[in-house]
Amino acid sequence: MTSLFAHVGDVVVFAARALRDAFRPPFEVSETVRQLYEVGWRSAPLIGVSGLAVGIVLSMHTRASLERFGAEALIPAALALALIRETGPLTTGLLLSGRIGAGIGAELGAMKVTEQIDALEATAVDSFKYLVVTRMVACVIAVPLLTTLMNFTGIVGGWIAEVAISGMSFDLYFRSAFSLIAFSDFIPATLKTMVFGFIIAVTGSYLGINTSRGTEGVGRAATRSVVAASILLIASNVILVQFIFFLFPAFGE
Amino acid sequence: MTESPVIRLRHVSKAFGPLAVLNDVSLDIPRGHALGILGRSGTGKSVTLKVIIGLLRPDAGHVFVEDQDITTLSGRELAAVRKRIGFLFQHAALFDSISVGENVAFPLRRHTPWDDTKIRERVMTLLEQVGLEETADKMPGDLSGGMRKRAGLARAMALQPPILLVDEPSAGLDPVTAGEIDDLLVNLNEQTDTTLVVVTHNIPSARRIGDELVFLDEGRILMRGDAEALEQSEHPMVREFMKSESSG
Repeated sequence: MTSLFAHVGDVVVFAARALRDAFRPPFEVSETVRQLYEVGWRSAPLIGVSGLAVGIVLSMHTRASLERFGAEALIPAALALALIRETGPLTTGLLLSGRIGAGIGAELGAMKVTEQIDALEATAVDSFKYLVVTRMVACVIAVPLLTTLMNFTGIVGGWIAEVAISGMSFDLYFRSAFSLIAFSDFIPATLKTMVFGFIIAVTGSYLGINTSRGTEGVGRAATRSVVAASILLIASNVILVQFIFFLFPAFGE
Repeated sequence: MTESPVIRLRHVSKAFGPLAVLNDVSLDIPRGHALGILGRSGTGKSVTLKVIIGLLRPDAGHVFVEDQDITTLSGRELAAVRKRIGFLFQHAALFDSISVGENVAFPLRRHTPWDDTKIRERVMTLLEQVGLEETADKMPGDLSGGMRKRAGLARAMALQPPILLVDEPSAGLDPVTAGEIDDLLVNLNEQTDTTLVVVTHNIPSARRIGDELVFLDEGRILMRGDAEALEQSEHPMVREFMKSESSG
């Protein structure tokens, strides 16, 4: 039990250091941009395609539910609301926990066991800033953008499903989808994914940097990064949604 | 060659859990000196190097590099000291996500105001010195163990550091390649007055490189002297070790 508390304490200190160092010069701009490309741009196909699939499935479920009340006209708006407020952010976060979290855990773990992190330090580079802070900043920027991409492709997916069933035009579908959406739906729900990005990066980095026991440890760091980030992300989502309801009462309407 | 110690260890101890790796070690290394550190596996040789460059913080004692106690320095101050130390890791520790040329260029990009052309020139000179001029665009994973080690040496020499710490330069290499690396280190020491600290299991390599050798056992310096003195040591273990041509 004591070691669990010590572990949690270590993670909190690690996360606080990452936050603090993000605002302290020198800033590793070029490495941050490289990480943005790695975690952001290279995740775009996964998120885009997943959004499309989620949109199609969500549209089918929404139709099945609303048809009972003769409210098919609300399908685009209901789907857009569900996607933008919750499904998009959470699905994006969980998908990226897998893709980015595992990647960061494995990469930093491999760097640790092959002494590449020591080599960075020996080259007079602050390895924490270079490896952890850059990934954290990149994730905090990339996850909201990828969430927006998922929201968009999800709505497109919903339209594809709707075209197949009712032949609704693209223009009508989008006007209908956005008829009930306000900024208060989009902004808080999307911004909360910055916290998801922070959790994914910090968890993966912590477990990667603290890897031991060679290649077996690298594999374990990757797996644990995904599991820990997913659990923390789901738990934090509960708190963040309460927080959003409190700060933006319109979000609950 | 001046004799002011560029590296001083004072009563340094380091343990990992219950395992004491360095036990009250004191050591002076004069500027321009080439010191070989010998000893059986697990006697604290690599830990000594990592303590000197501040990768490991001693549990007790002080480490002075060019008169700065690195055990008391902040991260930024320590980085300034590290710019004056080159470190060749036992397994080279090349950054595997960038090319060999970029590995060598890495310290130059970080710590010099040079443009790409000048950095490229310097990288090619360094790779030429270690016989790897053809590999600049290859990835570290495409190189053999010996080539990786030579690339690691080129990276360690990039900033022309006055101090070079080398961990097992000949481990896992064929005798010819090991000899070439030894020659390179000797030339570096003689021509640029670089202070060398070389950890090795390889006795011929230690003889060739080291002006002086220290023998570590159970985290303590058992003996210090030239190769002949170690061969005639009163410690049977040291004599036995020196008799073996290569225990690595």
